[in-house]
Amino acid sequence: MSNVPHPGIASVELDEFQYDNRIVRNFAIATILFGLIGMLVGLLAAFQLVFPDLNMDIPYLTFSRIRPLHTNAVIFAFVGNGFFTGLYYSAPRVLRTPMWSPVLSRFHFWAWQFIILAAAITLPMGLTTSKEYAELEWPIDIAIAVVWVSALINLIMTTINRRTEHIYAAVWFYLASFVTVALLHVVNSVALPISLFKSYSVYAGVQDALVQWWYGHNAVAFFLTTPYLGLMYYFLPKAANRPIYSYRLSIVHFWALIFLYIWAGPHHLLYTALPEWAQTLGTVFSVMLIAPSWGGMINGLMTLRGAWDKVREDIVLKFFVVAITAYGMATFEGPMLSFKNVNAIAHYTDWIVAHVHVGALGWNGFLTFGLLYWLFPRLYNRPLYSQKAATFHFWIGTLGILFYTIPMYWAGWVQSSMWKEFTQEGLLKYPNFLETVTQLAPLYFLRSVGGTLYIIGFVVMIYNLWMTALTGKLVASETAKAMPLNAIWHAPKNEYWHRRLFERKPLALTIFALVAVAIGGMVEMIPTFMIKSNVPTIASVKPYTPLELQGRDIYVREGCYVCHTQMIRPFRSEIERYGEYSKSGEFIYDHPHQWGSKRTGPDLHRVGGKYPDSWHYNHMEDPVTMSPGSIMPRYPWLLEDDLDTTTTGAKIRAMQTLGVPYAKDYDKLANADLHRQSKEIQARLKQSGIKASENKEIIALIAYLQRMGTDIKAEK
Amino acid sequence: MTAFYVMIIASLLIALGFLAAFMWSVKKGHYDDDYTPAVRILLDDHEILTTKTIKQKSDQKTL
Repeated sequence: MSNVPHPGIASVELDEFQYDNRIVRNFAIATILFGLIGMLVGLLAAFQLVFPDLNMDIPYLTFSRIRPLHTNAVIFAFVGNGFFTGLYYSAPRVLRTPMWSPVLSRFHFWAWQFIILAAAITLPMGLTTSKEYAELEWPIDIAIAVVWVSALINLIMTTINRRTEHIYAAVWFYLASFVTVALLHVVNSVALPISLFKSYSVYAGVQDALVQWWYGHNAVAFFLTTPYLGLMYYFLPKAANRPIYSYRLSIVHFWALIFLYIWAGPHHLLYTALPEWAQTLGTVFSVMLIAPSWGGMINGLMTLRGAWDKVREDIVLKFFVVAITAYGMATFEGPMLSFKNVNAIAHYTDWIVAHVHVGALGWNGFLTFGLLYWLFPRLYNRPLYSQKAATFHFWIGTLGILFYTIPMYWAGWVQSSMWKEFTQEGLLKYPNFLETVTQLAPLYFLRSVGGTLYIIGFVVMIYNLWMTALTGKLVASETAKAMPLNAIWHAPKNEYWHRRLFERKPLALTIFALVAVAIGGMVEMIPTFMIKSNVPTIASVKPYTPLELQGRDIYVREGCYVCHTQMIRPFRSEIERYGEYSKSGEFIYDHPHQWGSKRTGPDLHRVGGKYPDSWHYNHMEDPVTMSPGSIMPRYPWLLEDDLDTTTTGAKIRAMQTLGVPYAKDYDKLANADLHRQSKEIQARLKQSGIKASENKEIIALIAYLQRMGTDIKAEK
Repeated sequence: MTAFYVMIIASLLIALGFLAAFMWSVKKGHYDDDYTPAVRILLDDHEILTTKTIKQKSDQKTL
């Protein structure tokens, strides 16, 4: 393809077209609104860990239900809308063409906000799959897929209609993000529904964990990282009025990044029951990932070569510099955490929470703020209302990040050390898990202070941008002129539509990116699913009883996995504290797995038989009665609400479909077994002086808790 | 043990594929101009682009 213009180029008419700023403004407002809400929910959650009474005995506000609300809001509502704000501004301008379909653009906006609303309603109600960052149930998943694919089509068609031959770097990152998130979302969300808002993951145990964290890590990669790298590639040069440091580097690190990132998923599963070869792949690729990640950071920071004095004057550049630095820090720390020896210390602790928030508050937050401060003056045709307020935001936000992350690093280290410490005699120094929690209270308080500072900055930004919009005038659309691509690059006359659609760069680029990202997942998942020796069968492991299955669904609904793990690692300290380490064969009937990723409370994998039924009854009603000083919320509604046994048959049938070996027609007999077992529990409770009705939800939960981890004892 | 053979052969094929893609991209000229794309995005504000102006701007290596 030659760049030589067609003869007679001087007489070619320039196309005139409009860039739509309304859609950008709409996404910006959504970003700000949901950012505030998502962060406030996070602040509530943070304070609940310091003052458990803030759970207020209200199911919809309990920590374990609102934590996923916080994560979904800040990831999909705040960062998601932030990405779209920057996308709908930058993509038309670098491609020199308006978005292909204004209808799809508006559909994207409204449908995305409706999805967020659906999340805000369903998650506090406990309608959750319990798969992290994929908690939304199947109808919402379908809606997400529809919106996502339609936005991808809009972007691809816009790229095909472009008036520049070259597709600028930012757009590669956007395309790769769309295509990979689509793949991740669809594969991870495959589930068998039994009702409108209840479904079961088709994967179980180890395989489910692998698919979940292939997804989970790549939600970080392709939702939190690549879209924002795309934004960086546009907004940083614009703000600094400097070209990107090395375009060649951007090409190389793009392909390296999207290829390597996918493989890193297993670094969330180190020292778990995931087969070791998969763990090693996760570690190795995570370490290799430093190179392309830092390629992005270097390209960003070095763009400011010779322009560092601008950073002193320009608030936008200040936010961008901190954002890119935080990106560099997080993408160095991540690979370090992927080393098994480091991970053995950090996993399940607040160190991971600190790591997440360096990236979230620093990279995603600050880049969004810089972007908004750059954008609003241009959208409203007036300078930013207050430089002073923006500067204040910068400093208090930075302070907030420090107050958040430093206490969390401290907390992670302290708690991990306490978990692992032995006395001279070879016994655990802190056998009571609770001791390790109460130690963290002041640090949890400081973290809440950090979050408060960060939000104060955010609110100041809202005021600043609001005043800018109020006193300015919206530039609803901008006119632009450019030569049509055909005049610059000679396209064959009367080209067939399918050639134009399928054989041009945007589609080739998208498909190659899809191939690059598909490889890692296939290499890790195909052997895990197909080679039986990865998950050795344990003869004594049997399916859950109907009552236990119901209880497990209550565990899922209440979000117990948010604070409790079910994965004992093969460390002496864990075997001493919790019992025999967890074997992969024990989880084969767990749809979905409940391994968890954080121990705010103790691991529960072998809690079965550790305490009498009455202990669990009292503990769920008010944890403090059994564990003085506990920060666990109360769950009194479990003692009052009736168990819905009309779903038992459907649940058994669903499990059978997924391969769990219940006897044929067992779904018809299941409730009889259920009642028999619940009466036994009722009788045991009565012996301890507790008068409980056998059809309450707490009975089912007790049945599940008492079953956990007991299958392999039977072998001995 | 068969997994090893499968994985090693697959890895080699994938690596060769990436090498081939890289060599193709160099031959096709993807790396020939790695300067103007970075500069061009700075020029689009309120400016009408023609091939003449693009050529003029790319001749000025310094901004």
